[in-house]
Amino acid sequence: MTSGTGPLFANPDPDVARAVFREKARSLTDKTMTVKEAVSRFVKDGDYLGSGGFGTNRIATAALHEILRQKKRDLAFAGHTATHDFQILAAGNMDGEKLLARVDAAYIVGLEARGLSPHARRVMQSGTLEVAEWSNYALAVRLRAAAAGVSFMPCRNMMGTDTFRYSAAKEITCPFTGKKHIALPALSPDVSVIHVHESDCYGNCRIKGITVADYELARASKRLIITAERIISNDDIRNVPHLTVIPSFCVDAVCHVPCGSYPGNMPGEYFSDEAHLREWLQAEKDETTLKAFLKKYIYDIPDFESYLQLCGGTEKMQKLRDLELKV
Amino acid sequence: MAQYNSIELMICVAARLLENGSTVGVGTGAPCAAAMLAQKTHAPELFIVFEAGGLAPLLPSMPISVGDSRTFHKGLMATSMNDVLDACARGMVDYTFLGGAQIDSFGNLNSTIVGDYAKPSVRFPGSGGANDFASFCWRTMVMTQHDKRRFVEKLDFLTSPGYLTGPGAREAAGLPENAGPYKVITDIAVMGFDETTKRMRVESLHPGVTFERVQESTEFKLLKAPRITETEPPREEELRILREQVDPYRYIIGR
Repeated sequence: MTSGTGPLFANPDPDVARAVFREKARSLTDKTMTVKEAVSRFVKDGDYLGSGGFGTNRIATAALHEILRQKKRDLAFAGHTATHDFQILAAGNMDGEKLLARVDAAYIVGLEARGLSPHARRVMQSGTLEVAEWSNYALAVRLRAAAAGVSFMPCRNMMGTDTFRYSAAKEITCPFTGKKHIALPALSPDVSVIHVHESDCYGNCRIKGITVADYELARASKRLIITAERIISNDDIRNVPHLTVIPSFCVDAVCHVPCGSYPGNMPGEYFSDEAHLREWLQAEKDETTLKAFLKKYIYDIPDFESYLQLCGGTEKMQKLRDLELKV
Repeated sequence: MAQYNSIELMICVAARLLENGSTVGVGTGAPCAAAMLAQKTHAPELFIVFEAGGLAPLLPSMPISVGDSRTFHKGLMATSMNDVLDACARGMVDYTFLGGAQIDSFGNLNSTIVGDYAKPSVRFPGSGGANDFASFCWRTMVMTQHDKRRFVEKLDFLTSPGYLTGPGAREAAGLPENAGPYKVITDIAVMGFDETTKRMRVESLHPGVTFERVQESTEFKLLKAPRITETEPPREEELRILREQVDPYRYIIGR
């Protein structure tokens, strides 16, 4: 077994990515806009989409809802522990519609200790999506390769397993030691959405706590939408530049979205809303109940702020803040 | 003698295997409870790592996600997925605790699908960080319920490597040398691996359990350790800490 048989959804050629990055704006321009405008301008049907954070932690919920609301189609998706984010996107796969068409799967359909998503499972068990298997590290290393402008990076995971067999990795021999490695192809998403604690209007971003794979994702992505708890001044950024995790020249849109990771956890800000996540899982039991749920929480409302109101507004958020800060 | 359920027993047995000062990569659920119990008993300096980036937290309560803010509470560092798994890859992580839908006699694990890959009858989450931990951590430990559906002759999908097809197979595949499965802790027994054949063997039986019962719950033939002992039941102190501090809401031990 020297080559995985899985499909490769993104071109790993660094010169293709460089040609795109050559055209990307460098100047400090105000990129603030609404989530609606950002998704409308920067997420296109057929795109490869990356999602920041870790499933139910520091996810760009508002952007993901908007992708669903705007009925984007035929997306490819990188799922490194994609839990609630995957659940939101999979909701676009019903009645023959395909929001998701191709999935690089490392961890999908599950919500960790909360159990499995019935709808995401139905979608993945339907046999209608193209799927390649990877591990979390494999996807993070693939992003690192793209961020570094190389077409692959060597690694020693996945070897000897069906995870390798159903991936698009290839076995290579180290020119120095003669040892086998696998080559993980660079992954440069067309567009990614990342939620951060703070950003200035240009997109210089701070993240508190673990960065997961977002350092790499931000740099690897051709277009990047940032949602931020708070917009801070450029002076603040320049006064403490070592706090910047994502520099503005990676960023295309900056959206001010307080409580933007809800119902997920935001480190130091608010804990996850376990009751709402449970309600979502229960609504997925069949497509009729899920449709009613999505109508109420996504399709019949204009934006994320309305969603927060529906879910309990300021009072609920205060409870989640208390929960996060009491430990 | 203290009353306890089988998941409490599994967590206590698993916790005792973690040495103070060692490093361990864990997932949510029972493995995390075991690491937390170890940290609150004999291993206060247990260095826990989480694949999302949490490095050496002092766990205040049980994380719901391996990426939630508790996974780096009073940690030494809040870092990244690449940084944590790089540390595993370069040999800095001693243990990992994994689960799975199926396990075979060489300790290989399936957490991806049941049935045919193209149109699976059941889709599970997939590797997540499990393949990475199992590839790189020196000793892999597995916690799972023990029945014939899980302990199978042949996996539907090999997600994370145990000893693959036997002695030398990991190294031949290109995986790092001298790492692999170490213990399998279930609700009825503790298994290890025979040094020569790399096949699973029964090492200790939980109180009241016979070898025959363990074999009947396993599709493949189990080996026997030279001396099979009786698993030490949970001590009062372990149970008290587990119930009062580790899992007061009985998320795991109440299952």
